[in-house]
Amino acid sequence: MAEVLVVTSGKGGVGKTTSTAALGAALAQTGQNVVVIDFDVGLRNLDLVMGAERRVVYDLINVVQGDANLNQALIRDKRVDTLSLLPASQTRDKDALTAEGVERVINDLKGRFDWIICDSPAGIERGAYFAMRHADLAVIVTNPEVSSVRDSDRIIGLLDSKTEKAERGEQMEKLLLLTRYDPVRAERGDMLKVDDVLEILSIPLLGIIPESPEVLKASNLGSPVTLANPISAPARAYLDAARRLRGETIPMTVPSERKSFLGGLFGRRAA
Amino acid sequence: MSVLKFFSRRSSAPAARERLQLLLAHERAVFGRTDLVAQLKDEILAVIARHISIHPDNVRIKTDTRDTLATLEVDIEIRTPNGGLKLAG
Repeated sequence: MAEVLVVTSGKGGVGKTTSTAALGAALAQTGQNVVVIDFDVGLRNLDLVMGAERRVVYDLINVVQGDANLNQALIRDKRVDTLSLLPASQTRDKDALTAEGVERVINDLKGRFDWIICDSPAGIERGAYFAMRHADLAVIVTNPEVSSVRDSDRIIGLLDSKTEKAERGEQMEKLLLLTRYDPVRAERGDMLKVDDVLEILSIPLLGIIPESPEVLKASNLGSPVTLANPISAPARAYLDAARRLRGETIPMTVPSERKSFLGGLFGRRAA
Repeated sequence: MSVLKFFSRRSSAPAARERLQLLLAHERAVFGRTDLVAQLKDEILAVIARHISIHPDNVRIKTDTRDTLATLEVDIEIRTPNGGLKLAG
């Protein structure tokens, strides 16, 4: 049975698209059949982060409106053949999404994939609502920063009231993915600690992604960070998170870069 | 920044944590139950109406959050035969 997962946050720029690409690729790297869907109609970016921007012909809106079928719109990743992308439309707006259309697309995908990962747009408008609507579980991407934590709290409230699962009276499973975390600044008392965020939001932790230049490098290259540099600290954190999604028990750590002796001496100043 | 201030610099994370906890306690009450204020109004009205004759239009309820304080303000106007008496609490 397919799992429908929404990657959401409320606030923009915290790493939803990066995390969707990295978690999707990480799950696909373990042999799972994964599709990632971009719900940010009008401002699509998942295609770009995944390096598929020149392969987009049909998109989610075309499929929702019946102008194309899934086979025409799905883009299979060239690096991992169990990973597919359903891009958003760049020219239409979010009003082109319909409740029936989105439901039909999700149901069709359930027959083909093990994981359906919905990349939510920022905000709490129509696109975000459709992205979370059919989810079985939610990954809340949060930065250790006041505005991001506040918006995550708001999104948790919506997940508990506006989703199909909530309306059936069931409990939506919500997991925290703390991104851009800097253990040194947190230890100094200049950044909220993992435990602070967990206590405030009171949802279980899926993973801690350390702040790292590797994330920008990967997006520059159009590759999920778990494929661009699998041994980098953020990639290892995403790979661990993906294994936790599959039910494995992995000790929670904040991975750090493995630096050579000279790299450690000279690299630190430049960072 | 003076040298003294530099050395006595306090960490900012605890402030972030405290501000968030206060703010979210309030926002959860408001957003978690959007009809909270309406429901409070009905129930408060029902209790008071058992003892005193009041008109629903003369009841005002509002919630507010200031720096470190969340308040619930109830303002009820009570008509008496010889003019008006205003009771706020």
